[in-house]
Amino acid sequence: MPARKGKRTAGAPRRAAPRKAAVAVQPAARHRIQVTVNGRPYEAEVEARTLLVYFLRDMLGLTGTHVGCDTTSCGACTILLNGEPVKSCTMFAVQADGAEILTVEGLARDGELHPLQKAFWEEHGLQCGFCTPGMLMTAYAFLNENPRPSEEEIRVALSGNLCRCTGYMNIVKAVQRAAQEMAAR
Amino acid sequence: MFPAPFEYVAPSTLDQAVRLLQQYGPDARILAGGQSLIPMMRFRLANPRVLIDLNRIPGLDFLEEDRGVLRIGAMVRHRLIERAPLIRQRYPLLADTARVIADPIVRNRGTVGGSVAHADPAGDWGAALLAAKAEVVISGPRGRRISQRTIPLAEFFTGPFMTALEPGEIVTEIRVPASGPREAGAYLKIERKVGDFAVVAVGVQIALDADGVCRKAGIGLCAVGPTSLRAQEAEEWLIGKRLDESTLARAGELAAAAAQPTSDTRGPAEYKRDMVRVLTIRALRKALERIPKA
Ligand SMILES: Cc1cc2nc3c(=O)[nH]c(=O)nc-3n(C[C@H](O)[C@H](O)[C@H](O)COP(=O)(O)OP(=O)(O)OC[C@H]3O[C@@H](n4cnc5c(N)ncnc54)[C@H](O)[C@@H]3O)c2cc1C
Ligand code: FES
Ligand code: FES
Repeated sequence: MPARKGKRTAGAPRRAAPRKAAVAVQPAARHRIQVTVNGRPYEAEVEARTLLVYFLRDMLGLTGTHVGCDTTSCGACTILLNGEPVKSCTMFAVQADGAEILTVEGLARDGELHPLQKAFWEEHGLQCGFCTPGMLMTAYAFLNENPRPSEEEIRVALSGNLCRCTGYMNIVKAVQRAAQEMAAR
Repeated sequence: MFPAPFEYVAPSTLDQAVRLLQQYGPDARILAGGQSLIPMMRFRLANPRVLIDLNRIPGLDFLEEDRGVLRIGAMVRHRLIERAPLIRQRYPLLADTARVIADPIVRNRGTVGGSVAHADPAGDWGAALLAAKAEVVISGPRGRRISQRTIPLAEFFTGPFMTALEPGEIVTEIRVPASGPREAGAYLKIERKVGDFAVVAVGVQIALDADGVCRKAGIGLCAVGPTSLRAQEAEEWLIGKRLDESTLARAGELAAAAAQPTSDTRGPAEYKRDMVRVLTIRALRKALERIPKA
């Protein structure tokens, strides 16, 4: 549950400041963690076995991040952990203690869609939309790193995100369009 | 599915990690990138009582050349190898390998040390690092102190998912002989689809002398045996020869003979054996192309 309200500062993720408090060196089944999600600080107690994705979905109510498989294959659960895309179904919430997380809910700013979101809309980069949050998060980190990608580079970057609907063509087009829009700004 | 309940601990030093591993014995398990262990825990194929997370221990993710050795910290992520200029420029075998492991998101978390310790015969690092003639540095308890031992990777793999690690021991570093001036490698993998484990993969590393004669050869085979395999006869065949097409062809045959493939969903044994031959020849060609002309 949100313990404190902070200013929403969604946008380019920063490295989390190093924390002094190290996790205890005694094994425990429950842990108190602090994370910043989409610019807002949260504090919560989690079971050690709670996967990060369920912490986000069930405890914080951020259900934009999806779960599409049991095998770390689909990428629907992709979030940014300190700026790097990770599959949040394959990490424990306790491991994110002190981290800065960006989820799909953090992409839009002041009610305005992020250029990537707009491009997915305009290029018809989704059908059922189940894979879309993961696609967006992977593409977001990728464009930060490579603002002028080739089609090939986009396809490689998105190869950990499966889509059962679109055939990927329009997803690639959407990322290309977003890259152009963002470069023009 | 959810993993069974367990206790989690994140030590901040290697000493603490070794102590904890010693204290909790077979009930405890190391957590590195979690990209193999967490899926296994979700399927309840692994049910450790205590998880010891290495991710909060600083200084286990170094990647540097030091006095003739490329030192790879156990917690170096696949992604770092893929990106590091040092690796791209001087270790194409390793750069090739990192690029074909799983997918880019898994590569952000998965570690080299975790892959080696996991000892999956279909793991790509096993074959690539055998070709590179790597050694494994292991830290473990000795009385009240922590000591290190170093063994060749070929001795580290003892069976499918089995290693020479003793109770309380942790892989802390992989050491690869530094690449010489006329030396290069390549890694080739056949996969059913992007992000899948290999049907077959082959890694090679070769060095030539000033006259173009092969003076060093390493060949590692992936997914065609109970462990990652070294094609030793093929390696020995290459030494002292000029690497023309007929020499490469023979090396391919010898590597195929060293393979111990089994038929499974990824293909019949005969096919896999022949692909070992083909990939060995192609990887040797590619490595040769990468060696600067004298
Ligand atoms: C979808 C998917 C596809 C994949 N495809 C491939 C592929 O194509 N090729 C490939 O090679 N791999 C593949 N992998 C596996 C991936 O490379 C893993 O990252 C790797 O096998 C394990 O590394 P890890 O750091 O995640 O280890 P973990 O999962 O954290 O640990 C694995 C095992 O090693 C032990 N361990 C970890 N680190 C140490 C250490 N330092 N000392 C002692 N014991 C240790 C753990 O206790 C555990 O038993 C894939 C994984 C997924 C999820
Ligand atoms: S839910 Fe499929 S990879 Fe995480
Ligand atoms: S839009 Fe349906 S899975 Fe991608």
